[in-house]
Amino acid sequence: MWPPFCWGHFGAPQGASGTGSGPGPLWWGMALDLSWIRPEPKGLYLPPADAWIDPAHAVAQALVTHGHSDHARGGHGQTIATGATLAIMGLRYGVMPEGARVVDYGQSVDLAGGIRATFVPAGHVLGSAQILLERDGQRVVVTGDYKRRPDPTCAPFQPVRCDVFITEATFGLPVFRHPPIAEEIARLLATLAAHPERCVLVGAYALGKAQRLIAELRRAGHHAPIFLHGAMERMCGLYREWGIDLGELRPAAGVAKGEIAGHIVVCPPSALNDRWSRRLPDPITAMASGWMRVRQRARQRNVELPLVISDHADWDELTATIAEVDPAETWITHGREEALLRWCALHQRPARALAMVGYEDEDD
Amino acid sequence: MERFAALVDGLVYTRSRNGKLALLADYLRTTPDPDRGWALAALTDGLDFPAVKAGTVRALLDERVDEVLWRLSRDYVGDTAETASLLWPEPAAPQAPAPSVTEAVEVLAGATRATAGQRLADLLDRLDANGRYALLKLATGAMRIGLSARLAKVAFAQAFGVDVEQVEELWHGQVPPYTALFAWAADGAPPPDAQSLPLFRPFMLAQPLEETVVDLAEFAAEWKWDGIRVQLVHVNGQSRLYSRGGDDISASFPEMTGALHVPAVLDGELLVRGSHQGGKAGGAASFNALQQRLGRKSVSKAMLADYPAFVRLYDVLLLEGEDLRPLGWEARRARLEALVPRLDPARFDISPVIAAETLDDLAEIRARARDDAIEGVMLKRRDAPYVSGRRAGLWYKWKRDPLLIDCVLMYAQRGSGKRSSFYSDFTFGCWDGDPDAGAELLPVGKAYFGFTDEELKWLDRHVRQHTVNRFGPVREVDRSLVLEVAFDSVHASKRHKSGLAMRFPRIHRIRADKPAHEADRLETLRAMVAD
Ligand SMILES: [Zn+2]
Ligand SMILES: [Zn+2]
Repeated sequence: MWPPFCWGHFGAPQGASGTGSGPGPLWWGMALDLSWIRPEPKGLYLPPADAWIDPAHAVAQALVTHGHSDHARGGHGQTIATGATLAIMGLRYGVMPEGARVVDYGQSVDLAGGIRATFVPAGHVLGSAQILLERDGQRVVVTGDYKRRPDPTCAPFQPVRCDVFITEATFGLPVFRHPPIAEEIARLLATLAAHPERCVLVGAYALGKAQRLIAELRRAGHHAPIFLHGAMERMCGLYREWGIDLGELRPAAGVAKGEIAGHIVVCPPSALNDRWSRRLPDPITAMASGWMRVRQRARQRNVELPLVISDHADWDELTATIAEVDPAETWITHGREEALLRWCALHQRPARALAMVGYEDEDD
Repeated sequence: MERFAALVDGLVYTRSRNGKLALLADYLRTTPDPDRGWALAALTDGLDFPAVKAGTVRALLDERVDEVLWRLSRDYVGDTAETASLLWPEPAAPQAPAPSVTEAVEVLAGATRATAGQRLADLLDRLDANGRYALLKLATGAMRIGLSARLAKVAFAQAFGVDVEQVEELWHGQVPPYTALFAWAADGAPPPDAQSLPLFRPFMLAQPLEETVVDLAEFAAEWKWDGIRVQLVHVNGQSRLYSRGGDDISASFPEMTGALHVPAVLDGELLVRGSHQGGKAGGAASFNALQQRLGRKSVSKAMLADYPAFVRLYDVLLLEGEDLRPLGWEARRARLEALVPRLDPARFDISPVIAAETLDDLAEIRARARDDAIEGVMLKRRDAPYVSGRRAGLWYKWKRDPLLIDCVLMYAQRGSGKRSSFYSDFTFGCWDGDPDAGAELLPVGKAYFGFTDEELKWLDRHVRQHTVNRFGPVREVDRSLVLEVAFDSVHASKRHKSGLAMRFPRIHRIRADKPAHEADRLETLRAMVAD
């Protein structure tokens, strides 16, 4: 499905212990020259290459980590991304991006100004990548969005040794600890079994979360048809084309209430409380999101069955990953950066928050 | 504790009342004693662990979590117990299984200020995040998950198929974990003894009168006083004062619990004595004065002297071992009237019955009543037994919070009887459009009370000086005087040219200061139509 990986491509982290020993000995006392990468409000800019990473506006040359809309905007002159990410962008914008250039996991692309970019799996959604940037022996990793949990719908995150680790912090608060997904799936199936005359309507982000949820349900032995809101169908079809088995999926539109009773229906979070759900047999409202950890967030959305399922790293994963990668500096792009900065300070790790705009709290 | 935690979360996330009832009833049915009783007490704020303070939890977290991370997390989550439950570090060593609710209650109840922290920490170590949340809510007595005591009792009744009013009554004699109550409801044991304890009996409540028309031959009228409804109980040498919701407020009003020596359960209005509110000296002071006394756990001598409390009696439920509740109101009233002379007059009086033959008479008496301690009128069916809750057709309350509208005086008519020399019957109207663009006044109602004798003299003089036409006993006046008219409601009516009819209109204020063209228009009144 995707090429096998070996550490030889980009180098495994060495001796990272996570005990807060600070920058590794290789870099101790060496000044980093990072003038070739510049955080701008609308994205990370590489001046020697005139290229951007996940820019919020149309630019001449963009490297895109993954297909979520706040990272993958349309209209760039040239778009460099994995094949799956480009396919997702093509589906979303109706046409393949201009000047699309496919870079598979483990492959590199040489940009102008002596910058080499290598795409490494991020474990976030299908096609999601971290981007390793190298120039003059200096290494910078941009994670995009990532998680460390196994996910049957995408390649697992690979830690990469680097000088500067540019990380997301969507769930960068110590209250966010995602439980094992099997527990959440079991709760969903137990609720379904307890109410055979009703259905469970699960709000899930249309790209990634929905397919992961379905694949995990299949793994747990749930083989009944799963009904889909119209907005979900094409993305599920794309995942199937990329070899992900999602079992029997049916459109929810036009189906009699009696046929949906006792089944799971998946819809985008925005459709949970709208008129659309009136066609369903007394739905139990569920939502699959890391935000569901906090009761008030679940109550705000009128969710009766909160499922703490996220495609982002939780607090423990964020901090463990920083410790494992053991960079000389940590930069934080988006999310709750204040707490992660505090953690870095407590562990004597140089860190800074980049004031990025345009990245949203995904419904994740 | 896991099942309790699941119940707590279910109650947090379930919006519908029926959904909450079903969850709780199922828990009560399927959970053994005494866990279910402790859980019920925790959910209805019936548990208190004096050794555990909000600061106890903070102190535990201070030892375990960086203060900045704590603050950021607390700000985001918005709830201390929830933040603590999420930030609690998982213990490294394997722990004993999760404690039961009973074990947690026993451990915390036996704690002192010195040991509470460690005991709570040991319990937290044995629970997952949801369990920790439920435990912290239980331990700090801050459930607040939208479950009223009433809802809990309804769920209890639903769980075991027993009468909710009987649950209400028996409940008050019981303490957590309510084992006798469960034995009665779940296992058919005899009900716990209620007669020999100073228990709260559920109040009989009134419906709003609204559009109902009652016959005063069947209903007695009584003032509704603006204090707080209380029940005073004395049995076996013990006295208790209960509020409307059944809370024991004896400690705030020791002079009342010390005043009743006859074994009885009395229903009345708790008031504070004062003379400045228009009533006779020794009457009731304003509600503000009563507020000085409410919610105090202890009362100073000065408080007792400055704001002495008394109870204005409405009813008697039990007297010297006899349950009077099955009797009709008239029979109970006779018993109450016979009882009052035996009571301390400084602490008790009786709420008088209002002599009125028709609802119109009563409306007039109600409108004339200038005592601020009067909130309205109660109408009680003369033959109705004392039953708990709000039953249709037995008691009505007729409040004094009228609708108001500014009208223009159009006609006046001479009164009858002692008012025959005055123009005391007034017809008023509202504009049918913009008065500056030629709109006309259309009559909307007629009122002959609501004003003082002084105001009547003033109005009479006004009518005589502004007459433009005479039709027998009726005078038409120029359109110059604005009257603020109070009324209970307004309805569509084909009988009037304006298409509207007011219920019980009365002259609320004379607005000689207001120009007539600023009076209200018909559309304003039309928007107030109730049906
Ligand atoms: Zn994303
Ligand atoms: Zn993102």
